[in-house]
Amino acid sequence: MSEVRFGQAINRALADAMAADDSVVVFGEDIAAPGGPFGVTRGLLDRFGPDRVRDTPISEAAIVGAAVGAAMSGLKPVVEIMFMDFVTLSMDALVNQAAKARFMFGGQYALPMVVRLPHGGGINAGPQHSQCLEAWLAHVPGLKVVCPATVADAYALTRAAIADPDPVIVVENKSLYAVKGELPEPPPSASIGKADVARPGRDATIATYGAMRAVALDAAGLLAKDGIEAEVIDLRSLQPWDEAAVLASLARTHRLVIVHEAVEAFGVGAEIAARMADIGFDELDGPIVRVGAPFMPVPFAKELEAHYRPDASRIVEAVRRTLA
Amino acid sequence: MTAADSASPIDLLRTMRLIREAELRLAQLFADGEVPGFIHLSVGQEGVAAGVCAALGPTDTLASNHRGHGHALAKGLDLERFFLEIMGKAEGMCKGRGGSMHVADAAVGMLGANGIVGAGLPIAVGSALAHQVKRNGAVAAVFFGDGALAEGVMHESFNLASIWRLPVLFVCENNGWSEFSPTSRQLAADPCALALSHRIEARSIDGNDAMAVHDVTRTLVAEIRNGGGPRFLECRTTRVRGHFEGDPQKYRDAADAARSDDDPIGRLERRLAAEGLPAAEIKAAERDAVARVDAAVARARAGTAPAFGDALRDVYANTEVRP
Repeated sequence: MSEVRFGQAINRALADAMAADDSVVVFGEDIAAPGGPFGVTRGLLDRFGPDRVRDTPISEAAIVGAAVGAAMSGLKPVVEIMFMDFVTLSMDALVNQAAKARFMFGGQYALPMVVRLPHGGGINAGPQHSQCLEAWLAHVPGLKVVCPATVADAYALTRAAIADPDPVIVVENKSLYAVKGELPEPPPSASIGKADVARPGRDATIATYGAMRAVALDAAGLLAKDGIEAEVIDLRSLQPWDEAAVLASLARTHRLVIVHEAVEAFGVGAEIAARMADIGFDELDGPIVRVGAPFMPVPFAKELEAHYRPDASRIVEAVRRTLA
Repeated sequence: MTAADSASPIDLLRTMRLIREAELRLAQLFADGEVPGFIHLSVGQEGVAAGVCAALGPTDTLASNHRGHGHALAKGLDLERFFLEIMGKAEGMCKGRGGSMHVADAAVGMLGANGIVGAGLPIAVGSALAHQVKRNGAVAAVFFGDGALAEGVMHESFNLASIWRLPVLFVCENNGWSEFSPTSRQLAADPCALALSHRIEARSIDGNDAMAVHDVTRTLVAEIRNGGGPRFLECRTTRVRGHFEGDPQKYRDAADAARSDDDPIGRLERRLAAEGLPAAEIKAAERDAVARVDAAVARARAGTAPAFGDALRDVYANTEVRP
């Protein structure tokens, strides 16, 4: 067991995957010699060489498009798009090519590729470097989307994504890169599509993912002082998402709050709420409440961004509302 | 991986005849309602597909576009499963999921036709990256039209291929049309100049001369295989039919479409006759193609309708999708 940062855990996962399998290659903007904009790929070039670790030009369409062709021709590419906002420039390759190749070619081709997308605010990066667009990708049949919240999951879900035979989007919250946590030895493995109970409780379920896990745990701590025991579910994977785990929790607590940093409207929370209102209808003793960002671009100024991102007090308020 | 042997003119004629017959039959089946959706034919452009693909080996990979029937058949796609697919049958090579715009065959390195203009370029670049990393000596090729030169991803793909010296052959089939508009009105650049500006060596040839296409492609593929980096080949050709079958082509001068002297099949037949090949042998290429297409269509008509549950199982490799 050792304490490492979230970004270092991803780095270790990339290195271990590359050491285990020669077909794993890593490419993206400034990820080789500079070691990545957030240092996540530091050291990989020295260890694995310029054939397998490559700096690309600023060409998001070609990065993901080339990953598709490479995956169809025997490699397992892991590509990085510097900020999730820039995935807009890769959407044909992701949505029309990667997501559909297995299906539309009748299962002849597997696409074992990973696209790493740093998302989220909290660093005053402004409207084009802070967005959480994961719901777009979770909406596309053929893509998988995971979003680790802990150091252990940063490692385990990255390895699971690389090992997966289908295209997997790994969404990494930028505000987590420097967070320290325990990475067990040997490092853990994870199954895509399985949620974790981050904190058990009997009174209300808070389903969340990514950076909001810690915020939800803070909220649960505040609620506990008033005798309200909230159960925090860390989804870990958004497509597929662990419907059974959320339903099981709802069956214990009968109240559901869904929390994400992404804009609330038409988001991951909307899908979970709709499913639980359907298959979990008999379990519900209160309204399903969502906590997300307001329907506006991510603002730059500190005061504005702090107000924009969901915080513990908003989650506490939401739990109290469903319990009222 | 060694370079493909030079194809003989009669080999190229047979390939072109097969493509022509298959596409004219598709046109008929489409008109009769036996082919659903819509199809884009490459009639008049067969010299490019036949000439280029005969210079590729079985482990070389190929990305194609919406006008990709000829590319697929020239790369060696199974004819019966080709018709089964385009007629929407379970036994089609894509199990009836893709149709005309998505014919693909992993067994012959055919990475798929593509419904998105320009999308094949970065896919071929990525395939070439795989060949380079694995040092397997293979080459990736991609067919695209002149219309695709207006797509931004063309620049990204040329640039990436050039700076990484990837083993990729870019083949532009310049038929002068960007869907319903003349490319002269849509593109400010000269195709070869685009490649050259990315430091990719470029050639422009008469794409309706199948043997010339083949000979030049063999040279370019050999240079690529020897580590020379990417090459660009512009093949000037003729789109005889509309953008899609049923296209009334009101935007087009009738004389433009009827340049019969340009037909790559007629040209090669005349050349073979002049070289003394017996007329019976030339005629046999057509007769054999008709017989093969007859058999494939008969088989495809006997194909079965795909099951929805089977389709659901191929969204992911190992993850259930709720119906």
